[in-house]
Amino acid sequence: MSDQTGNGRPAGQPPRPADAPLSSENAAVIALTRKDFVSDQEVRWCPGCGDYSILAQTQKTMPDFGVPKENIVFISGIGCSGRLPYYMNTYGFHTIHGRAPTLATGLKLANPELMVWVITGDGDALSIGGNHVLHSMRRNVDIKLVMFNNRIYGLTKGQASPTSELGKRTKSTPAGTVDFPIQPLSIALAAEASFVARSVDTHTEHLQETLNRAGSHRGSAFVEVLQNCNIFNDGAFREFTEREVRDDRMLVLEHGRPMVFGAERDKGIRLRGLHPEVVTLGNDVSESDLLVHDEESEDPYLAFMLSRMWWPEFPVPVGVFRRVARPTHDRLVSGQIDDALRQQGEGDLAKLLLAGETWTVD
Amino acid sequence: MTTETPVQRHLPVQELERVTIRFAGDSGDGMQLTGSQFTRTAAVFGNDISTLPDFPAEIRAPAGSLPGVSGFQISFASAEIHTPGDEPDVLVAMNPAALRTNGGELPPGGALIVNSDAFTANNLKKAGYEGNPLTDGSLKAYNVFEVPISTLNARALEDLGMTSKQVDLTKNFFALGLMFWLYERSMEPTLRWIDTKFSARPQIAEGNRRALKAGYAFGETTEMFHTTYRVAPARLSPGTYRNITGNEATALGLVAAARLAGRQLVYGSYPITPASDILHHLATYKNFGVKTFQAEDEIAAIGSAIGASYGGAMGMTASSGPGIALKSEALNLAVMVELPLVVVDVQRAGPSTGMPTKTEQADLLMVMFGRNSDSPVAVVAPATPAECFDYAIEAWRLALKYMTPVVYLSDAFLATGSEPWKVPSLADMPSLAVDNATDRATFQPYARHPQTLARPWAVPGTPGLEHRIGGLEKADMTGNVSYDADNHHRMQLLRAEKIDRIAADIPPLDVFGPERGELIVLGWGSTYGAIRTAVERLQQEGWSVAHGHLRHLNPLPRNTGDVLRSYRRVLVPEVNLGQLSLLLRARYLIDVVGFNRVRGKPFRISEIRSAAEAVLAGRPVDDVSLRSDSQDTFSASGQGLA
Repeated sequence: MSDQTGNGRPAGQPPRPADAPLSSENAAVIALTRKDFVSDQEVRWCPGCGDYSILAQTQKTMPDFGVPKENIVFISGIGCSGRLPYYMNTYGFHTIHGRAPTLATGLKLANPELMVWVITGDGDALSIGGNHVLHSMRRNVDIKLVMFNNRIYGLTKGQASPTSELGKRTKSTPAGTVDFPIQPLSIALAAEASFVARSVDTHTEHLQETLNRAGSHRGSAFVEVLQNCNIFNDGAFREFTEREVRDDRMLVLEHGRPMVFGAERDKGIRLRGLHPEVVTLGNDVSESDLLVHDEESEDPYLAFMLSRMWWPEFPVPVGVFRRVARPTHDRLVSGQIDDALRQQGEGDLAKLLLAGETWTVD
Repeated sequence: MTTETPVQRHLPVQELERVTIRFAGDSGDGMQLTGSQFTRTAAVFGNDISTLPDFPAEIRAPAGSLPGVSGFQISFASAEIHTPGDEPDVLVAMNPAALRTNGGELPPGGALIVNSDAFTANNLKKAGYEGNPLTDGSLKAYNVFEVPISTLNARALEDLGMTSKQVDLTKNFFALGLMFWLYERSMEPTLRWIDTKFSARPQIAEGNRRALKAGYAFGETTEMFHTTYRVAPARLSPGTYRNITGNEATALGLVAAARLAGRQLVYGSYPITPASDILHHLATYKNFGVKTFQAEDEIAAIGSAIGASYGGAMGMTASSGPGIALKSEALNLAVMVELPLVVVDVQRAGPSTGMPTKTEQADLLMVMFGRNSDSPVAVVAPATPAECFDYAIEAWRLALKYMTPVVYLSDAFLATGSEPWKVPSLADMPSLAVDNATDRATFQPYARHPQTLARPWAVPGTPGLEHRIGGLEKADMTGNVSYDADNHHRMQLLRAEKIDRIAADIPPLDVFGPERGELIVLGWGSTYGAIRTAVERLQQEGWSVAHGHLRHLNPLPRNTGDVLRSYRRVLVPEVNLGQLSLLLRARYLIDVVGFNRVRGKPFRISEIRSAAEAVLAGRPVDDVSLRSDSQDTFSASGQGLA
């Protein structure tokens, strides 16, 4: 017989307690370093691509989880992002366009103990694979989906994507795209993702921290990484991500803290009616007037409002927008199986075959 | 006490070897239930049985309309039978629409039992009758029994306080009771079923009991019927039997395969007629560790199955033609990454949405070739509802042993049709267990087993075997991405060779009848019963005719070409326009004769027989074509689709 038990856990591995976070207490025991996660394959993205940084931050944060690398799987779709699994010295599966979340869902059903990352892009996740993102998130499949958003199709050499700005001229839209863009995080929130965050390829510390928090979450995590494609859409986010301007044009979300931003920490976000507004702290406005970020709020309204804020009307928020606890898909499925086993006992196949009315011929 | 004693039977009893009954009525009339109750009763009595449900895709078409007619045909016999019968001996028509759509198939002299209450002006008009067939003499070829079923039934239930609608819903059981009386069947199994089904609704239970008994008593007391009929139990081979549909057998076979392999079954699927019942069955087997996943679409269904197999489980999916078309890209991924996977295709009439509840065998070439590039997969096809169990296990045997996707072709006829199934003993079934790769010293993702060419199954969670796979071409052995020209050529050959080698691991094509001779009729899938019966009859008349039936369609059994060359002619009946014929001609350069009818219905025995007789006589097969000289054939076959 094989080494799989009936409930799909590789033999010899104790189950992780249901609510234990996939995090750091084992890190010291397992003692892996970034190098352990670097595969022997030559990295083949264009020089200067933002993907290098995302790969590096991913490799750097992996040892923090204390998960043996054989229990980590990277699953990708098609596009430049799809190559990432080849460069991770873990289990990896480069699948087909848009479908990575479906394979990840099946894999988690087969073995809930695995830590599964889905690597995708704006075309892969929001265009051809939009349906699977929607459903994997609403099911709270325990996957960490990292979407590289460069607002362009890179691997096919520069066509408009679902996040390309209206009117953008590309090879496929020489007169400008007529398709209104969507905000990935609004989609993730509407799809009931239990963890929603954004970071930027060049903000390496923030990106590493964001990936770390996503990896520590149990349930469906959606991370948008603003990623520069220096060949087909160079500078897509430059206006607010460049070192000189980013403090004034981006809002770093911190749980429980008022929404303050600016190089001088002198600006903030206040609610006026149902709308956010940018205010300057000083004479008649103090921090106590500002919105306080609450990533754990059961209501998605605040997070959704933040997902709509974009430069130049607003600073672009980064950080964790939403993080709520909900039972994961694999646990609910396993729970039903456990219930059935408790109520009916281990299935007796001979009895099952004879179920219903039978007759005997002598 | 005298009133309690059943009336002594004074009617002559006629012994019959086989009877075919068709129940037809409105889709709200409960014809499927009526048919399946008769089936259970006949099966438990020990008859051999074969059934053919025939229902519309519309859940509730307008009452009394032609599209709303639902039928259920059951053939039961004292000898072994292989089909639900070409044409009914008895047609029970609950309304004019049912008579109009089914009457054409009742042969002259056949018994027609009608609910005369339903032959109202309104219903006649809905069915497109200008006059009333009960009075205009148009039914004089039949033995007509007009029974005011609605009235009699309402009278039997009148003091129960049920609404007239509730009462009307029980009239199918009046008809069932009458048929039980006519064929000397016990009401007990159905009475037990009523008790269980309506245990929480005693009034409804009593209504159904009374309806059933009233129908039975009507048969006894009326002088309408002059004979009752007896069909003795069949002499089936010793064993314990149950009645089973193809979809039930498929589901049970999958659970058995998982047990035999010692792995968990993960079943991802999206609802589609006529495959959904497999999901419904498997969803109730949770205490067997079966995980079912109702995916957001067909692609997600197969994606989840591939992901599950990647994780060391037995990942599988099922659908029908339109869904299989959607799965082809993912199926090709499974070919490239060489993971075990079983894809069930319960074929239905197409193209496109086609006729969802009607049968067809026209997905063969799609599953063989409907993917980009050369993309070989193994293909198996059970021949009968009971065989669906065996071939679910066989599909998994091949998938696990060869690390390959396997397509399992069922169809609407097999899926919903039923027959007695001799329940197998688990001890007789071989283990399907295969080992996961664990040895990090020797592991290479695309190293191959010397015989089967299977690559190792290296499951995430196994220390030291971390590796990457994907849809990009693989370098031989290492599995790294490769654009090397010679490597690609070699990998294409290896993928093809792996499937070809399965031919050494499957039974040879066996023939029923002479090992060489004038004609072999070669079929696959659900045409088995009609072909076998037609061939048996021709053999009894002294013709040199054999029957061969393929259960493995890719690869084909190694002796297939030799077998076909042992006969002067080869006839290939298919419910498609010649798909297996095309494969056989291409592969063996044999001039096979196709016999092709795509009417959404199984072949009749008589059709196969006529085609075989034509070939034996050197005449062209009377095939359906658009030639002007075959207009009669064409319009005749169109009639049944009304």
